[in-house]
Amino acid sequence: MIHTIFGRLDLSSLSLWRAIQDPTVSELVAAGAATAVLLGALVTVSLLTWFRLWGPLWRDWLTSVDHKRIGIMYCALALIMLARGVIEGVLMRTQQAFGLHGGFLTPDHFSQLFSTHGTIMIFFVAMPFIAGVINYVMPLQIGARDMAFPVMNQISLGLTATGAALVMISLVLGKFATGGWANYPPYTGSDFQPGPGPDYWIWSIVLAGIGTTLSGINFAVTLYKERAPGMTFLRMPIFCWTVICTSIIMIFALPPLTVAALMLAADRYLDFHFFTNDLGGNMMNYVNLFWLFGHPEVYLLVIPAYGIFSEVISTFSGKRIYGYMSMVYATMSIAVLSFCVWLHHFFTMGQSANINAAFGIASMAIAVPTGIKVYNWMATIFRGRVRMTVPMIYATGFFYLFVIGGLSGVMLANPVISYQVHNTLFLVAHFHNVIIPGVLFGLLAGYHYWFPKAFGFRLNEGWGRAAAYLWIAGFSFTFLPLYWLGLHGMPRRSATFSDPAFQPTLWLALFGAVLILAALTCLAVQLWVSIRDRDSLTVPLGDPWDGRSLEWSIPSPPPEYNFAMQPQVAARDDFAEAKTKSRAYTEPEEYEDIEMPNNTAIGMIICVCATLFGLALVFWMWWLAALSFLAIVLSITLPTFLTETTHVIPAAKIAAEHRAWLDKVKDASAVDRLEETQESNLGRALLERPTRIEAAE
Amino acid sequence: MIFRRIFGIIPLIGCFALAACSKAGSTFLLPAGPIAAAQRAEFIQILGWTLVAIVPVFALVPVLLWRYRYRNRDARYAPDWDRSPLLEVLMWGVPLVIVTVLSVQLYRTTHELDPIKPIASDNPPLRVEAVGLDWKWLFIYPDLGIATINELAFPEKTSVALDLTTDTVMQSFLISALAGQIYTMPGMHTRLHVLADQPGEFEGENTQFNGTGFPQQKFRAIAMTPTAFESWVEEVRSDGQPLTAKHYGVLAQATTGATAQQQLGAKALSGGVLHFSSVDNDLFDEVLHRYMRGTPVPSANQPGAVGYDPQASTGEPNQ
Repeated sequence: MIHTIFGRLDLSSLSLWRAIQDPTVSELVAAGAATAVLLGALVTVSLLTWFRLWGPLWRDWLTSVDHKRIGIMYCALALIMLARGVIEGVLMRTQQAFGLHGGFLTPDHFSQLFSTHGTIMIFFVAMPFIAGVINYVMPLQIGARDMAFPVMNQISLGLTATGAALVMISLVLGKFATGGWANYPPYTGSDFQPGPGPDYWIWSIVLAGIGTTLSGINFAVTLYKERAPGMTFLRMPIFCWTVICTSIIMIFALPPLTVAALMLAADRYLDFHFFTNDLGGNMMNYVNLFWLFGHPEVYLLVIPAYGIFSEVISTFSGKRIYGYMSMVYATMSIAVLSFCVWLHHFFTMGQSANINAAFGIASMAIAVPTGIKVYNWMATIFRGRVRMTVPMIYATGFFYLFVIGGLSGVMLANPVISYQVHNTLFLVAHFHNVIIPGVLFGLLAGYHYWFPKAFGFRLNEGWGRAAAYLWIAGFSFTFLPLYWLGLHGMPRRSATFSDPAFQPTLWLALFGAVLILAALTCLAVQLWVSIRDRDSLTVPLGDPWDGRSLEWSIPSPPPEYNFAMQPQVAARDDFAEAKTKSRAYTEPEEYEDIEMPNNTAIGMIICVCATLFGLALVFWMWWLAALSFLAIVLSITLPTFLTETTHVIPAAKIAAEHRAWLDKVKDASAVDRLEETQESNLGRALLERPTRIEAAE
Repeated sequence: MIFRRIFGIIPLIGCFALAACSKAGSTFLLPAGPIAAAQRAEFIQILGWTLVAIVPVFALVPVLLWRYRYRNRDARYAPDWDRSPLLEVLMWGVPLVIVTVLSVQLYRTTHELDPIKPIASDNPPLRVEAVGLDWKWLFIYPDLGIATINELAFPEKTSVALDLTTDTVMQSFLISALAGQIYTMPGMHTRLHVLADQPGEFEGENTQFNGTGFPQQKFRAIAMTPTAFESWVEEVRSDGQPLTAKHYGVLAQATTGATAQQQLGAKALSGGVLHFSSVDNDLFDEVLHRYMRGTPVPSANQPGAVGYDPQASTGEPNQ
């Protein structure tokens, strides 16, 4: 009876119980993490109850289909998970620093750490953060009122949150997988890992992966169908181009992962033999499918970051992006090439030299369009007027560190070198070298850049600078030494090591990890300080950085309907052009009613049901799996019978709000860029043109 | 080539400086054989060529940021300037040339250094079969009829032809000072050739995570003079025990070499090394075909699996 109800869930699944039974340091660390999750949940629930915030949370956020709110929720999820991922990283660095024949974590615990760290950082930090920024910014940049499919957008968020929730629950119940973020079988097959670990990984990846595929479809359709009049493809900001490329990758690259994980699930649950050792299973198929997703994935992450850097560098240089067409071609070539290089993740599998050479050359070819982008950004700075704000500090760090990552990338693209440094810390250093300075710095630059748009006040500059410098230093101290260790043959995923020569370098890396932890703390303090001082940081007029694209032409924070009237786009960098030609901040002759989608709870219901579904499958509670699956199906099908799904915002209300804002803009004095980070900057930019106008083209 | 000289020098110094800090003989930066030496040369060459594209970024970014800082009113400001044919040609051209050169190089060396290719040498090659077990390496010398755990000895200046597989999950075999790594996968057969220029001892390892004992899965690769190798073979024959099916069952459990030593009551050689005076000639093929009989193999008969029971699978790999 108990087995029918609880499946294979028992007392020893509780990490707290394990720590009571066996109070070693390793178990205590695990129990501490579980306690943190439980306490965090408890504190959140109590605070929400105490401040009576359940209602607003439900009405304004959880059931909202507004792309801006969904975007913010994505970013919040990513930042919470980032905290966990960084703490895990610091734990692993500490373990290795003390790991000469020992350390304080058990090898099993260490392997869970690197598995969750990788899974979280890719799927529940980088991807939601990117989805969040895209969600918030892209519709504003193309002059749209919302995503093409607002409800599906909410479902995507719900499914991503489901995956993250399953990974968090694995801290309290059971154990996570130990096979790294890629979880190659047969190691993760039921013969070698009968426990719930790989199942946690499978279901969090499958459910979140479906969400991401849906996001990709949503982004692509929005870009194809929802652009404002005049916003031709070649007038879109570069960021929107990068979103097109990323959504293509989301649509085509996520399914191989979902399929591979489901095939692994079939092996584990239904006694299939896709990847088992016996009965003709072949693990090489898994490896191919995984990287057929895995390589486009890293471009899925970095391409929008390129887009953010394009916006940031152009804006803070007060200048058009250099080589727009080059940028478009380069981005598209990267997106296409990203599907032709997956084999470089396993040059050492024993295939022929011809295959290796073909994939090696294809991988190296990506360096060409990437190099062009870097040069284009430099040319964008050339003859500009650069302000070293926080996003530009990240961009500078990116310039230096990312090209080092590119250098090691060209090395790893070469099979001859890969034979030596594959599976070593050299590889770990390389991908952190492109993902931290590339993706994360890009996202943090975007966070500082668009935060005032989303919330109506700027982030504190001092704490932001401190965080940026600490991130740059922390990254350099942590990961550049790992190149050296990798060249000397230290394998990745080693809980311990035996060569004393590695010790000083690992200490150096630990120092770097501490700096990263400090950087994260600075970001948290910055957010707190900025919220506290929001009155002196306020930028309600909407254009704090002398912006160039449409999102800066509306109030901060923008109204629910984004644009009071549909923008008519006449040029690339339309808002910058509007400001020079004095057609910005004009009042339309006539306002119209706007129809907006209603709130819905579908996303939240699916999130809760899918989390239960995942947990039920992990612990073999079949009745719960069946019930929650049925609930998911019903929650999607039943709302199709609703006929009233939109509400109308009357023209009079829009007119009043818009006129009030226009009056404030007219009354405000425009500030020059010296005052950009000062209290006097309310979000109206002074037009600054060169005294001697250069011939533009 | 000029580039090779100019850009080769700086990283070369760097490599030596770094390598000097480390225990000798564990990295391809201090190569002990022709393959590793060629890999180091390739490494340095890529570094040199890539720096052509990277040095301008390093040098120009601070110059640009300083020259075009907001307060510098002397610098020209051209907010609408966004293209230049000359720059465009340079920006696409330079990386394209570098990548083309490196691609030609890549094609050539990938074929030259293909691990499946025997390495030219005056001496006849030595055949060794390597089986990855959970947290130890088994080396079978089919022509000598001996086997070892965690010790791969071979004569210098001799091409060692390794046939590899694993009798558990996937692993990856690397002796960095001699040649690159190759995966070993269950039921599959990969090949690798190594050659050492002179006698020496090098660390070998598994680089593919395979469980809690993974960091301990190291072995010694020892290149010897021919006479020293002969006496080593004699030593293995005289002090080792025969590798019976029962012994293999013990080895195939998920344990480190040191544990296996105790379980088999073998001599406590350092580094978890075991010597076997005789070995079944078909062992490698048996391992390779364990899963190829078209019948299900229960966990109890899968070495390395959680439920693996050597008693259940003594002798016959598939019962």
